[in-house]
Amino acid sequence: MSSCPPGMLLILGGLLLPCLSRNFRRAGLVLLPLASGLHLYWLVADGLPDPVAMRCFDLELTLVRIDRLSLVWGTIFHIAALISAIYSWHVTDRLQQAAAPAYAGAAIAAAFAGDLLTLFVFWELTAVTSVFLVWASRTSSAFRAGLRYLIIQVGSGVLLLAGIAMLAGDQGASALVFDNLWDRFEQGTIGAWPVTLILVAFGIKAAFPFLHNWLQDSYPEATVTGTVWLSSFTTKLAIYALARGFAGADCLIWIGTVMAAFPIFFAVIENDLRRVLAYSLNNQLGFMVVGIGIGSELAINGTAAHAFAHILYKGLLFMSVGAVLFRTGTAKGSDLGALYKSMPWTCAFCIVGAASISAFPLFSGFVTKSLIVEAAADNHYDVVFLVLLFASAGVFHHSGIKIPYFAFFGHDSGHRVPEAPWNMLVAMGLTAVLCVGIGIFPGPLYRLLPYDIGLDPWHTYSLGHVITQLQLLIFSALAFTVLMRTGIYPPELRSVNLDTDWFYRRPLPAVVGLCRRGGAGLRDSVGGFAKNLLEKIGKSTHHVLGPSGLISKTWSTAEMVFWVSVLLGSSLVLYYL
Amino acid sequence: MDENNVPQSSDSSRRWLDQPRNVNRIVRGLYVLCALVLGLDLLDGWLNFKHDVHPEFTQWFGFYGVFGFVCCVGLVLCAKGMRKLLMRQEDYYDE
Repeated sequence: MSSCPPGMLLILGGLLLPCLSRNFRRAGLVLLPLASGLHLYWLVADGLPDPVAMRCFDLELTLVRIDRLSLVWGTIFHIAALISAIYSWHVTDRLQQAAAPAYAGAAIAAAFAGDLLTLFVFWELTAVTSVFLVWASRTSSAFRAGLRYLIIQVGSGVLLLAGIAMLAGDQGASALVFDNLWDRFEQGTIGAWPVTLILVAFGIKAAFPFLHNWLQDSYPEATVTGTVWLSSFTTKLAIYALARGFAGADCLIWIGTVMAAFPIFFAVIENDLRRVLAYSLNNQLGFMVVGIGIGSELAINGTAAHAFAHILYKGLLFMSVGAVLFRTGTAKGSDLGALYKSMPWTCAFCIVGAASISAFPLFSGFVTKSLIVEAAADNHYDVVFLVLLFASAGVFHHSGIKIPYFAFFGHDSGHRVPEAPWNMLVAMGLTAVLCVGIGIFPGPLYRLLPYDIGLDPWHTYSLGHVITQLQLLIFSALAFTVLMRTGIYPPELRSVNLDTDWFYRRPLPAVVGLCRRGGAGLRDSVGGFAKNLLEKIGKSTHHVLGPSGLISKTWSTAEMVFWVSVLLGSSLVLYYL
Repeated sequence: MDENNVPQSSDSSRRWLDQPRNVNRIVRGLYVLCALVLGLDLLDGWLNFKHDVHPEFTQWFGFYGVFGFVCCVGLVLCAKGMRKLLMRQEDYYDE
């Protein structure tokens, strides 16, 4: 067991679950994360274990490398898997029950991979397993979104593999150890091409600007429970990979800054609340990418802490909107409202998630996001600091206020539905307790972080920070209120908004169609000409060589004798002459 | 859709929030809260709580409040403008 990668129990269990009866499948889905979590705890109970190595085709692979950075992700991935499993208790679909734990297990195993090749294997496994959570919706739009998702995710893996191949080709298998690739690049020990390829591969999965839209395209198409699973693993695995391989890469500061800012504009005008959450997920990833780019110990600790808290509060928001979708059949802001009357507990849990993502004091986002913003200020990135402040106000605006307001308050949509099922309430309740618990007692989370920098549990609770944060948030709420009451705030409308996916959903198919039609035309004209030519040649040949042709037709013996006589006579005359 | 969902546009049991008067109370409460948290900046000379807030320009009176308000209004106005350019019918991508 000590050489078995953490997460492997989930992967194997996921393959086994479909063979069991309904109740065993349900119990198994909850027990698997528990068993896998106990396995991880057993591995680290006596301190961090030595890496587990394996030889494969002359390559020295490090299957398991547990250190403090990977342990943060391993821990929160197990918590997220357990909560998602409880949330999915009512699901009886074998496809989802198999895919979800296998997906979580692949993400956990990837986080503990000690070399790039092992990372690649589990990286691709997350893509292949997670797409079934989108396809499990069993609608044509989900099928198409799943295909797009799969192509992009596998594409990310292909780029990663290309980078790995270049690294191995240049420097041999020893270069495949998964450590800080950016440092090695700056020291000149590895080239620009492999580093760029690997960075783009990570960037696709982390939803960098212009590479991001698979996230908003596919997550809202997944099943109610599938989106909760999806929101926890894929992008956060990419954040881990960036924190491991690209800490201190300056370019990430600016990429992260753009990433924190631009999605909030889309979130304001988006009608599908699950898509709004996907945009705000993207925005929160931006904070983490900035932290990785800064690369200081405080910034990396902030990134790890924020990833931990983010998985919980984002999961909580997806769970609450998922519960609304489960009960009402829609997650569109235009069709919802006043659900606090029917689903008060779900409403309360949603507000906890909203307060956490908005970084209200006493909620988890406050004690984690602040570390990244503080690191930006400490390192004198004033413009970055201001954009992050803007993004903080913006995320409160669209996730903190818009989601609860349009789903649970606002105009009465007339939905009178039962409260969410008990398992959903338990999952949301547990997550809400963790969100508040981390906000009030951040000490245990701070102790889990990669660097011992003596973070006081009350580090972020200085009077100045609490007051300024409250000023930022309350005045953002004031802006929302003023805009709503003056009618300036854009109403929720049944619509879609164009994003970067437009390029590969409209012009690209049009260009491909044009090429296909052009190719078909060319094929028809060239083919027609060639066909005519061949037919003519065939006919002439047939005329000469065919069964009744000049050459091959059968001649009678008398004719042959006549012509032989003519031939012999002619040659005799010629000879005589 | 859940089978228990029976849409009803008119609910006989009106809640506290259904009365506009109470919504107005909440809004007035928000105005008072804004004034209070902004007013806390006046105490900075006495409590000196902003000494550890960086960068230094953020120590200006009311910086965070004004920044939050202006950013959110700007965000919504920009997003409204974007809507003219980017919004399409719901079935735009339907093949």
